[in-house]
Order: sequence, then C-alpha cells, then structure tokens
Amino acid sequence: MYRKDKFGIIKTSKMSEISSLPLQFLILSFITILSALYVVTSKNPVHSVLALILTFFSISAHYILLNAQFLAIVNLMVYAGAIMVLFLFVLMLLNLSKESEPIKSNLWGIAASIAAGMVLITLTAAFQKSGIAVMPAPSEGIGLVKNLGRVLMTEYLVPFELSGILFISAMVGAVLLGKRDKNSEELVDLNNNNNA
Amino acid sequence: MNPIILILGLPLLGFIINGVLGNKLPKIVVGAIGTAAVLGAFVIAILNWSIISQPENNTINLDLFTFLQIDQLSLKVAFQLDRLSIWMTLIITGIGTLIHLYSISYMKEDEGFYKFFAYLNFFIFNMLLLVLGSNFLMMFFGWEGVGLCSYLLIGFWYKNEDYGKAARKAFIMNRIGDLGLLLGMFLIISQFGSLDYSVVFTQIAAGNTSNSMLTAISLLLFVGATGKSAQIPLFTWLPDAMAGPTPVSALIHAATMVTAGIYLTVRCQVLFALSPLTNEIILWVGLGTAVMAALVGLKQNDIKKVLAYSTVSQLGFMFVALGTGAYTTALFHVTTHAFFKALLFLGAGSVIHGMHHEQDIRHMGGLKSKMPLTHLTFLIGTLAISGFPLLSGFFSKDEILTAVFMHNKVAYALLVGSALLTTIYMFRLYFLTFHGQYRNHHYAFEKVHESPINMTLPLMVLAVLSIVGGALNLPAYLTHSEGFLFNWLKPLFMIPQSIHEIDHSTEYVLIGIAVLIFVTGFLIARNIFVTKATIPAETSTGLGGLLQNKFYVDEFYHKVFVRPLEITSSILHDLFDGLILRAFTFGIFPLLKLIGRLNKKVQNGNLEMYLLYMVIAIVLLLGVNLIFA
Amino acid sequence: MLNVFHNLEISHYIYLSTVLFSIGLFGVLFRRNAIVLLMCIELMLNSVNLLLAAFTEYMGDANANGQMFVFFIMVVAAAEAAVGLAILVMVYRNTRKTDVSFLDQLKD
Repeated sequence: MYRKDKFGIIKTSKMSEISSLPLQFLILSFITILSALYVVTSKNPVHSVLALILTFFSISAHYILLNAQFLAIVNLMVYAGAIMVLFLFVLMLLNLSKESEPIKSNLWGIAASIAAGMVLITLTAAFQKSGIAVMPAPSEGIGLVKNLGRVLMTEYLVPFELSGILFISAMVGAVLLGKRDKNSEELVDLNNNNNA
Repeated sequence: MNPIILILGLPLLGFIINGVLGNKLPKIVVGAIGTAAVLGAFVIAILNWSIISQPENNTINLDLFTFLQIDQLSLKVAFQLDRLSIWMTLIITGIGTLIHLYSISYMKEDEGFYKFFAYLNFFIFNMLLLVLGSNFLMMFFGWEGVGLCSYLLIGFWYKNEDYGKAARKAFIMNRIGDLGLLLGMFLIISQFGSLDYSVVFTQIAAGNTSNSMLTAISLLLFVGATGKSAQIPLFTWLPDAMAGPTPVSALIHAATMVTAGIYLTVRCQVLFALSPLTNEIILWVGLGTAVMAALVGLKQNDIKKVLAYSTVSQLGFMFVALGTGAYTTALFHVTTHAFFKALLFLGAGSVIHGMHHEQDIRHMGGLKSKMPLTHLTFLIGTLAISGFPLLSGFFSKDEILTAVFMHNKVAYALLVGSALLTTIYMFRLYFLTFHGQYRNHHYAFEKVHESPINMTLPLMVLAVLSIVGGALNLPAYLTHSEGFLFNWLKPLFMIPQSIHEIDHSTEYVLIGIAVLIFVTGFLIARNIFVTKATIPAETSTGLGGLLQNKFYVDEFYHKVFVRPLEITSSILHDLFDGLILRAFTFGIFPLLKLIGRLNKKVQNGNLEMYLLYMVIAIVLLLGVNLIFA
Repeated sequence: MLNVFHNLEISHYIYLSTVLFSIGLFGVLFRRNAIVLLMCIELMLNSVNLLLAAFTEYMGDANANGQMFVFFIMVVAAAEAAVGLAILVMVYRNTRKTDVSFLDQLKD
C-alpha cells in the first residue's frame, strides 16, 4: 500500500519506523510538543502565550497536512489571532507580565507529572487495546470552504445558529462581569471579613 | 339483632361518644349518655333472661370472626350468653348503672368529668367482654382491658404523684397475675389445641387429661385469679387502689372487677373440680387472706382503706368457698357482696362528699343526725356484711361457713374468727363515723350535708338489695329445696357439685354460732367505741402497730423484690449504661469528628486538588475498564 | 501535499494528540496562574481538535462531521475564553490575585 512520494521513504530493510515518517510531520510534531512544553513550564505568562501561539501555528500546519484547509485558517484566526491576543491583552491589563507566580513545591510537581503521565499511559493503552489501524482513504477537497459551508448551512444549520446565540450570551456575560460594580468592593470586603 | 352485640356495643358506643366528643358536651349530657349506655345493656340482659332460662336453649352464641388462624389453632372472636354470663352481666350492668348515676353528682365538679365517664363505660365494656367471651382469649382481652381501666381510674387524679404510684402498683401487681393466666392459657393450647370453653371443658370432662396437667393449668389460672382478685400474695394493690374516685372503688375494686377471679374459677369449674390439690391451695390462700385482711382492717383509720381490706377479706371468703367446691356459694357471695360492698363504698363516698373530702374516721363522728339517709343505708350495709340474721350477707356467709365446716374443722374455726373480726371492724367503722362526738376542727359541723338525690337513690336501691339479696339462694332449711341460684347454675356444671348432706341439728348449731359471732362482734365494738368512746390513736405499738402497718407486707415486698431489682438496675445502669453505652455513644462522636476532619482535608476548596482527584478518577475508570473489559 | 501522509497511520496522530493532551493536563495541574491554566485548557482542546480532524481525514467522511465538531469546539472555546477571562479580570480586581490556590472559598 505504500506509495512512493517525493519526500522519499526509502524502503530499505534497516529503516526504523520513526525514520520512515514524513519529515514534515516529524518537524511539525517536534515544534508542537516543544512549544507546548514551553507553555506549561515558562515562568513568564507572556512567554507562555507566545509559545502557545507557536503551538497553534504548528497545529494549523497539521491541519493543512490533514487536508483541512478551512480549519487551518480558522484556527489561525480564532485561536492564534483572537483568543491569544485576548489573553495577551488581559495579561498586559493586569500587569502580570513579570514572573509573579509563586513556585509550587516539588512534591506538587511530581504529583502533577505522575498524574499526567498516568493519563498518557492509560490513553495510549486504551488506544493499543482498541486496535484502531485505519489507513488513509483520501477524500479530496473535503476541508475546503465550499464543502464545509454547504454542510454547515444544511445539516448543521441549527447548531450553527445556536452557536451564534452562545456567542451573544458569552459576550453579554463577559461585559457584565467586566463592568465595575459599585457595590462589589464592599461586598468582597464583607466576605473577607467573614472569612477572617 | 343478637343481644350480645347490643350488650357489648352500648357501653362501647358510650365510651366512644364520651371519649371523642365528651369535652364539647355539657356534663349532664355526658353523664346521661354514660348511664343510659349501661342501663341499656342491663335492660337488654333482663329481656333475654327468659330465653336463657329455658332448659333446652340456654345459650345465645355470637361468632364474629376468626381473630387468628395458626395451623390447627383457631382463635375466634366469639361470645356466649349463658346462665353464668347473664348472671354476671346483670350484676355488672345493674350496679354499674347505679354507680354511673351516683357519679354524676359525685364527680360534678371534676374537670375530667367526661373522661371519667368514658373510662367507666370502657370498663363496663371490658368487664362484659370478660364474662361474655366464649373462649379464654376473649376473656383475656376483657381481663387485660379491665386492668387497663382500673389503672386509668386509680390514677384518675394523676396530678397527685402518690395516686399515680398506686395506679402503677395495681397495674404491675396485676401483670404478675396475668402472666400466670397467660401461661395457663398456653398450657391449655398445648394440651387441648383450642381455647374455646366448650372444646376444652368437654375434653377435661371426658377425663383423658393427666392429673398433673390439670393441676398445673388450674394453679396457673389461680395465680391469675389471685392477681385480679387481690389474694395473698398479690393483694397489696387493692387497698392502694382506693386512690381512685370513690365510685370507682365501689364499682371496680369492690363489686365487679375483683370478682373476675371468682368468675374464672366458676367458669372453669370442671377443671378445678378435678384438681384436689389446687382446691386445697385455694382454700388455704383464701383463708389466709380472709383472716389477715380482717386483722389489718381492725386498725385502719381511712374509711376507704377499712372497706378495701374488708373487700380483700370477703374475697378470701369467696375463695374459701371455691376451695371447698361450693361454686354456687362463691357466686352467691359475689352477688350479695356486690350489693352491700357497693352500698358501703357509695355510703362512704357520700360521707366523704358531705365532709368535703375528709376520709379519716378519727375526724368524723356524730354524722347520724346530719346525714340520715346515708346513715341508714350504711347501717344496713354494715349489718349485711356482718351477717345480721336474714340479711343477704347472713345467708351467703353462712353457706360458706357450713361448706367449710363440712370440709375442714380447723379452717372453719379460723374463718369464724375472721367473721368475728369482720363484725368488729365494720361496727368500729360505723360507730366512729356516725356516732359519738364530731371531731373535725377544720370543717364545721354545720356545713356537713346530706348528698343529693341521685347519690342517695343508688344507696337506697342497694340497701334494699342488700336486705333481700339473700332470697336469690335461700338455704334448704328454710325452703326444703335447693336455692334458686343453685338450680340456675346446675345445668352449667359438667361435674355436679357436692351437696353437703348435713343433719339439721348441726345446721342449727352452725346458724347459732353465726348469730353468736355477730352479737359478740357487735357488743365488743359497741363496748369499745360507744361505751368507752375510744378514739384510735395516731400510732399504735406492738400488735396494733403491726396491724396498722398491714403486717409490713408492703415493706417486705419492697425489701425482697423492689430493692434487689433497684440494686440490679443501678448496677446495670452504672455498668452497661455508664461504661459500655457511654463508650459507644461518646466514642462514636470523636470518631465522626475525625472522619469529618479528614473529609474536610479532602474538601479543602483547593481547585487544584479537585482537578487532581478528577484526573485520578479518570485514570482509575479507564484503567479498570482496560483491565477488566 | 496529499500523498504525504499516506505513509502515516492514524496512530501517529493519536500519539501526538495524547502527548499534547497530557502536557496540557500537566500544565493545568502544575500551574497556579489562572490565565496560564486557561491557556493549558486551550491546549488540551486543540489536541482534541487535531485528533478529530485526523479522524475525519482517515475515515473518509464525505460530510466532514469531524471537522464540523472541531468548528463547534472552537466556537465554544472562544466563548469560554471570553467569559473565563472576564471572570479572571473581576477576580483579580477584587483580590489582586490570579493564583487559583487562593480561590478556595468553596470549602466554606
């Protein structure tokens, strides 16, 4: 089933599995994982945001590899563009750019690593056990705007409209939350007193 | 309609109406309903007398339903109206009617008026249940029901703690007897497989039962009878039961309920007639009770206490009669005793009423002029109980004495002594109350008054009955035939009663002795309390003290039964409650607190911890799924 | 481009997504800054998106249901980010902190 391509999988017997992977995938995956790691390990939240943007860019590249051109563009616009800018904006607004985060204890780090590792192992094991091995069955042009737009406007019309309503309510909610309430300060003081 | 339904239903209806609506009705209506219900039952019983008296059809049966069906054993709610039942029914409802009428005035100012009548009606209902039941179970229901009513009525003035204690004492003492009765019933079930009178008695009469079994059953039933009928050793509750209102003492603790034991024995005549050992025990227990209670009665100063001990003593007489096998005589004495003892109690109640709740005879005296009707009727009652010739008590007591004379001479001598004591303490009571100087400084003599008509009317009716009651069973030497009651009950007894053949000369001697007893007793009492005008001292010493303190039976019971129980309880309290239970309850508290504290550690509000739990849970779920799927 | 990943199996994308998801989870557990926390959640969402897109491709779904899901997840994620950040801003305004360790008033 293997087809030769211009990136060349040299089908010699000594080739390991990993080296037989396409170079683009390897590079992209490498960038993705590295930047993701940097997101969670960087002490400075601004660096985290920038690393996350890089991660999203590489994920968009993955989308293109996967024939999902529209998703790639949307991912860039919505995540890397809008949401991440929003994050950055909030960070700047709250003046949290400096390394203000208290360091967690090593113990907590170990616990978190073990938990995440366990999830990784469990999920991998689950996949192994399920025995999914689907070979590609290419369907050209499926990820194009034309195709997606048709599906979105026919089959997924109702969820699409509902997502609009969701956006409106999220917007209203965000505005309401962000608005400075005259009484809120006193209220919180009261709460603090109670807690004390 | 079956008359039994009406006889039982009317008092029950009265109880329900008075109990539910009583506090909204005016007192006169409550009293009228209560009295009418009992009167109605009485009238219906009278109307059915002719049916019962026909030789071929002398039982009316009523089978309502099966109460319990266990394998072969079938316990029915069934009733029968036969010669014995109707006799008891007439006594209960007849005297009950008079006492209801009397109570309307006596309890006039009591706030629990409607409650009192409800209880009284309920008592009548239960008593009728006891005598009308056609099996031991129904009788037991009535037996327990009257015990309950007795408890409620003794403790009627429950705000007085002593009265409440007296009520409890009566209840507990009765329970001890009830246990015997219950065990007897179990034995009957195991032996005969039924509780129906007809089935059980037929089998006993057939003679297939072993003597030891009959003795065991009859002894256990007799234990029940000693509880309810206040015989040694369970008699101490009855004098204390005088804490209840006087009409209650008259109805329950003199005329009707306490004779339940006699009824039980007469009903089971075939059983007792075949157990000579039990009869002997009954005879001596009754004799002991008769003598002891009469002795104690000599030194009591409370008008009702004297009558109470007199009741215990007279019940002893009845059991003596039962012990000698003279069942008719016992029932005859039940009847006459119901008349004159109810009369005496109601008379005492009238005195108490007129003296504004004074009960101590040392503070009375000379009431003859102020209360002529009460005085006259009380005198008749006294004469009747003392055995004044030709009054009711004379005949019934004489029959008992004759029966005992034929049976055992020693017992006869003792019983004669008891009869003499009866005469003395009754006249002591009479003289101290109605003759001599008025001795109460707290309540002016001028204010002493005669009771209203609906209190004196029952007195007069009962006085007449006390005089002529003897006619119910006239002795053979007057009529040259057996008495009416004897013949009336004759078809009922499966084993014929022994007719004591006695030659006339002996009989006349016995009558002479009886009259002599009366005269002697009267003269002694008159000498002490009229001629010498002795007033009983506050406390007596020596023998008198012993009698005044009722032979210290209560104290004895207290030391032997109550104290050890209390000590055991307190040990258990300290040990079990104090150590073990306390350790449990107070140990669980810190444990829960610890669990709570641990839980609080988990539920610490820390978002990250919650996240961690969530991740762990997901891993676990997936892991389990992976391993076991 | 198309023939590139005919040498790839779906399992590669599954491993990649799982690793990304675990990294995001580790971040959520490890970091205390609420904003970084939110970012880690976005990372986890994206790993899922990636997997959905991969499955769409490999299952040959003509209606692109998987990609539709990705689309809606993005919608929800955007809304969530907006509201979450608004909440954060308010929390910060009131407590001067974005550290989730201090947001433990739920326990009372």
